[in-house]
Amino acid sequence: MHLQPDSVGVVTPQTLHFDTPITLKSGAVLDAYDLVYETYGTLNADKSNAILICHALSGNHHVAGFHSAEEKRPGWWDNMIGPGKPVDTTRFFVIGLNNLGGCHGSTGPSSIDPKTGKPYGAAFPIVTVEDWVETQVRLADRLGIATFAAVIGGSLGGMQALSWSILHPQRMRHALVIASAPGLTAQNIGFNDVARQAILTDPDFHGGDFYAHGVVPRRGLRLARMLGHITYLSDDVMGEKFGRILKNDVFQFGYGVEFEVESYLRYQGDKFADSFDANTYLLMTKALDYFDPTHHHRISLSEALKPAQAEFLVVSFTSDWRFAPSRSREIVKALLDNDRNVSYAEITAAHGHDTFLMPDPHYLSLVRAYLNNAAKGMGL
Amino acid sequence: MSPSINTRADFAAIARWVKADANVLDLGCGDGSLLKYLKETRNAHGYGIEIADANIIACVEKGVNVIQMNLEAGLSGFEPQSFDLVILSQTLQAMHNIELVVKEILRVGRQGIVTIPNFGYWRRRIQIIRGRMPVSKDLPYQWYDTPNIHLCTFTDFETFCRDHGVRILERHVMCGESAVSVLPNLFGSLAVYRFEKM
Repeated sequence: MHLQPDSVGVVTPQTLHFDTPITLKSGAVLDAYDLVYETYGTLNADKSNAILICHALSGNHHVAGFHSAEEKRPGWWDNMIGPGKPVDTTRFFVIGLNNLGGCHGSTGPSSIDPKTGKPYGAAFPIVTVEDWVETQVRLADRLGIATFAAVIGGSLGGMQALSWSILHPQRMRHALVIASAPGLTAQNIGFNDVARQAILTDPDFHGGDFYAHGVVPRRGLRLARMLGHITYLSDDVMGEKFGRILKNDVFQFGYGVEFEVESYLRYQGDKFADSFDANTYLLMTKALDYFDPTHHHRISLSEALKPAQAEFLVVSFTSDWRFAPSRSREIVKALLDNDRNVSYAEITAAHGHDTFLMPDPHYLSLVRAYLNNAAKGMGL
Repeated sequence: MSPSINTRADFAAIARWVKADANVLDLGCGDGSLLKYLKETRNAHGYGIEIADANIIACVEKGVNVIQMNLEAGLSGFEPQSFDLVILSQTLQAMHNIELVVKEILRVGRQGIVTIPNFGYWRRRIQIIRGRMPVSKDLPYQWYDTPNIHLCTFTDFETFCRDHGVRILERHVMCGESAVSVLPNLFGSLAVYRFEKM
């Protein structure tokens, strides 16, 4: 751990148990569940300075800081959150949680089902973005937070921020929707399905109940991650990073690891397969696919966003082809149609979708400027 | 490099034409100063359009709504007649496609306001007579580095309007901070026009 003065330092996750049953969008009911979360900064007396961070596909509650002095890497958005950072914890009280269905402490497919004493596995219901918003509202209620100063998310997290603005317009002041979309394209759903097929057809998947067999569908999860990883980067940045570089100088005329890019993707796939639950991966990709505030075009996006009252910052990155700028512009247009306060930045960046997690100086300055002004407007 | 001609004299002139609570769109809004001024003096609500990264941050810092996009591509994303006023303050002369921009202003807005520097201003005429391209405090660029690629005189602009179905409603001619009424195409360095579709 390299503790900088702008780090939130060592943090301890907390868990809340919820025993009011939740009826999910699918109709399934969960009688009780746990949510694990972390907080940074201090909640002020009138509880008006809270910011909710919503995570993306493979994220979790560990957003900033370190779990221990031994931990090498900080939380996944540590460059954004901390004392004096764009999401300034000397001013804001920041909450990160692991979404329902996750695999980092909140109740999910790998948790023990109290009814059977065994992991839920295939029995765990599919949850949607709207279901997550509902659980996040319940978490806010338990923490006594009536209104969030801001709800912030990138990618799938941005969908949650957008959904918050529609479902609970009175409970948030600002929405920061970053590298997101108002619904996946066919291409995107296609990528997700290839990832799912990799997992579902792995012989170690056992219909989702692999826990009982003492195995994990590593091969499937690894392939899913390798594919995903390619789509989160731009062609240019992969070219720059790996080009056609060979690990050894000459062709081996075989199927082993020869190109640097193969080595990198396999490493990323292996690392992920060792730390992530296959059922959670399936569930998260489904939540992405299902998200659609227009309810299959029954209403326009402009109509869907009519209830929104929050002020918005929408951000996209030029080289992001998975959640392209044109998708963010759709959100912006719908907000313009409703005369909502919105600013939109299309950031020139080479790193593709993953840029939203990177310390791009202009991007960080933008979020800092936005939240500084927001804080001023809220008297924080 | 901003194509601005370094005066805020036009802010006050523009503000006089903005009704209370008006819905405005500011094309090439720069650091958002005009929109902030209109918000404070007229309670105007609106958005700026801007391309430069540094200006996006300057607007966001001021709490001015700003949309990052390239004006040259038109105003797709904005519905017809969705603004009371569309303002183009001192950027028209830097645009490539003036006809498209003016057409878009009047598609999206009920009225348009543009500020333009006058290439027929007497000091500039003298520089031309002396055989040099005009360079001044308010148009400080050399011919080879100027972003101002479509300079015109007031008479040129008014002819353009007549030929393109644009009705000029009001004109406010200035030289520095003061208003000009005598021989405006000679003594005016800057004019603000308010116009609508004919």
